[in-house]
Amino acid sequence: MALRIGLSRTVLELKQFFRERDSMVFTFLFPVIMLFIFGSVFKDQELPGGVSFTQYFTAGMIATGVMLSSFQQLAISIAVERDDGTLKRLRGTPMPPAAYFLGKVGMVVLTSLVQVVIMLVCGGLLFGLDVPSDAGSWLTFTWVFLLGTASGTVVGIAFSSVPRSAKSAGAVVTPAMIVLQFISGVYFVYSELPGWMQDVGAVFPLKWLTQGMRSVFLPGSFAAQEITGSWEPGRTALVLTAWAAGGLVLCLRTFRWQRRGDR
Amino acid sequence: MCSGLFTGQADRVRTRAGRGTGTRDGESGGNADTAVRVRGLVKRYGERLAVDGLDLDIFPGEVFALLGPNGAGKTTTVEILEGYRRRDEGEVSVIGADPAHGDLAWRARIGIVLQSTAETAELTVAELIHHFAGYYPDPRDPDDVIVSVGLEDKRDARTRSLSGGQRRRLDVALGIVGNPRLLFLDEPTTGFDPQARRSFWDLVRALRGDGTTILLTTHYLDEAQALADRVGVIDKGRLLAVDTPDRLGGRLAHRARVRWHDDDGDHEEITDTPTRLVTELGDRYGGEVPQLQVIRPSLEDVYLGMLEES
Repeated sequence: MALRIGLSRTVLELKQFFRERDSMVFTFLFPVIMLFIFGSVFKDQELPGGVSFTQYFTAGMIATGVMLSSFQQLAISIAVERDDGTLKRLRGTPMPPAAYFLGKVGMVVLTSLVQVVIMLVCGGLLFGLDVPSDAGSWLTFTWVFLLGTASGTVVGIAFSSVPRSAKSAGAVVTPAMIVLQFISGVYFVYSELPGWMQDVGAVFPLKWLTQGMRSVFLPGSFAAQEITGSWEPGRTALVLTAWAAGGLVLCLRTFRWQRRGDR
Repeated sequence: MCSGLFTGQADRVRTRAGRGTGTRDGESGGNADTAVRVRGLVKRYGERLAVDGLDLDIFPGEVFALLGPNGAGKTTTVEILEGYRRRDEGEVSVIGADPAHGDLAWRARIGIVLQSTAETAELTVAELIHHFAGYYPDPRDPDDVIVSVGLEDKRDARTRSLSGGQRRRLDVALGIVGNPRLLFLDEPTTGFDPQARRSFWDLVRALRGDGTTILLTTHYLDEAQALADRVGVIDKGRLLAVDTPDRLGGRLAHRARVRWHDDDGDHEEITDTPTRLVTELGDRYGGEVPQLQVIRPSLEDVYLGMLEES
């Protein structure tokens, strides 16, 4: 029952997402534009280990794309749905709550995949990103992508309770995302950040998602340039899983179908 | 005052309601006679008492209007019955369950049209109604619902393109598509033009004809009069009176306002015995009473009088 309605909600969510043309275009285009700007400015910059900054940055932007499609997209859209009464209306129907979340998860997985494909194509065509051909890399990609999406989704749902209204949702969520990008090794090379900034960044999932994506898209020899000299797949899985589990608990405890004070 | 009136009223309404609803009545478990039963309902927002010891019974098949000014406690009461708000005190049963613990099966038996509409700008009328039908175990045919709310010309229109009245009709469509036994309509026609209100009233009458129990809140007197089998007047969180619209109007009809004018200026007296007063005045003025008026109260006067007294 919840599964059938969840599927039907996924279809509905996707219809809404793709029909909101301006928002959809910007969501998908933003990482591509950033990729183009940074790729053009730093195209001659080589990092130690035989990797260009553009390649390094592309892996980071793929991770960012996943976080934008999950965390940012959900934190804003659910805050808006709470404020405009969509959630309240749903709560007054026999729709199982799980179906609502399944619908969001379905939408996030599909839009994140589209996002990643766009980034791979642009990165490959414009900046010589090597798309891996071995099964092992794709296996790594799959679990990094799924864990990243899962943690971004639940944390996004939980974070949607932070903005006080639909109007403030974008203003509250977007800066959080931008700051994370700077301290997680997207715009700057992570190993070159000040130590304290690395420590702060390492608390959040984007740093680990970014590192995981580098392990897929950069040559194995580059692992030596990471601060521990390794891709740290075990720790990446652990941190992302911890965020997913913690975020889920937070969602279950704090999710509200109505505006603040509307009880 | 209201409980006495109310008891007298109950038998009559129950008999009448029994006709339209048939088999549906038997399903409501422990409270087969009432669709809604409220005793001693209290709701506080901080220090403020929003609902102050309210009693209410609504019988299967009737249209009950909760009439009151803004801030009287209408929406708070209705949202407690819908399961959205917690109560501080009192007993509440809505089609056999406590709404504070209403499960999904219970939600499938009620229909809710909230006071404010929800934004689903990019979906079409038909998509939304078909989708919502999928939430319910025994929905109405979505295409029939589209016709019954008069949106057949708009079925493929995105909701962002609908007018205010059309959006409200869509809200009602989403409220009734699950084939509810009890429908809540919270100020459904606020902001409508007169034409839109008339056609909305026809829709509510048609739903009543299908046997749907309806709890309607409104601050329009004519709306309560046009639609409701019984009207409850609410102010400051208390029910001041419950009666049929006609009897509510007749309640104080024996009271009259007598006005006249003489050299001292305007005079007005409110009396239960206007004929005697006019006879006295006739004696006093020796025949004609200058600018004599005897005014019987309209339903509106009765209503406003109640609010003043409360």
